[in-house]
Amino acid sequence: MVNEMKNEMEIVFDAISDNESFARVSVAAFVAHLNPTLEEISDIKTAVSEAVTNAIIHGYENVSGYGGTKAAPATPHEIHEGKVKVHCLLNQDTLHIDVIDWGKGIENIDKAMEPLFTTKPELERSGMGFAFMEAFMDELHVESEPQKGTTIRMSKKMGTEAWEVRED
Amino acid sequence: MEDFQVIDNCLMVKLPEEVDHYRAAYICENADKFLIREDVNHVVFDFEDTRFMDSSGIGIIMGRYRKIACFGGRVYAIHADRQIRRILALSGLNKVVEILD
Repeated sequence: MVNEMKNEMEIVFDAISDNESFARVSVAAFVAHLNPTLEEISDIKTAVSEAVTNAIIHGYENVSGYGGTKAAPATPHEIHEGKVKVHCLLNQDTLHIDVIDWGKGIENIDKAMEPLFTTKPELERSGMGFAFMEAFMDELHVESEPQKGTTIRMSKKMGTEAWEVRED
Repeated sequence: MEDFQVIDNCLMVKLPEEVDHYRAAYICENADKFLIREDVNHVVFDFEDTRFMDSSGIGIIMGRYRKIACFGGRVYAIHADRQIRRILALSGLNKVVEILD
């Protein structure tokens, strides 16, 4: 018998801003049984949030969600239809996350990955999305084809911080 | 609104539990309503309730900083936990944002 642990999950959801939180919380819940540190959970959630938000607002250009909270009433705007897929594979102690969209794709990946670069400065996002994914995960690959879509592949080895002395 | 209040010449912005793109527009729009007032010079971001922030949060802070820095305004962060501090440090914002305990 091969003694290896493999575990896979996949979620597909509409490309609207309202689902950003659902996506990152789902991935965090998927690895919860590994007893990850707070830091690992925070790293994974941030990286997933960056990738999923990019897919929604750049891939499908859905810059705001349905909104409609009491504090921020929804302003009518067109929602472009599209799905985002998050695929997770836990292989031994390494978590692989793919975030896939079938949106407009990235013209120039190198440019997109430059810190502070953004094609939507009016949204006042920092242009730090890819920098955060790189910093919080161990590996990051971006595949994209204009008008076809984008796949973000990230991985992170879990449990490397378990024996670190905690500062607080 | 209790999330945004002016104390002396500081705008206090109480950030939500999760600061992401979904909530960013609301925070920016409301903060900016106060920043155009003459009596508001500085901004204090209160992270007391905040357990999650991604690069959208960096965008919020950076944008407010740009609006007030040219008039000598300063940006402060209070009650930032370890994770929030890491994100501020990683983005380089800790150079322009004063992080207070």
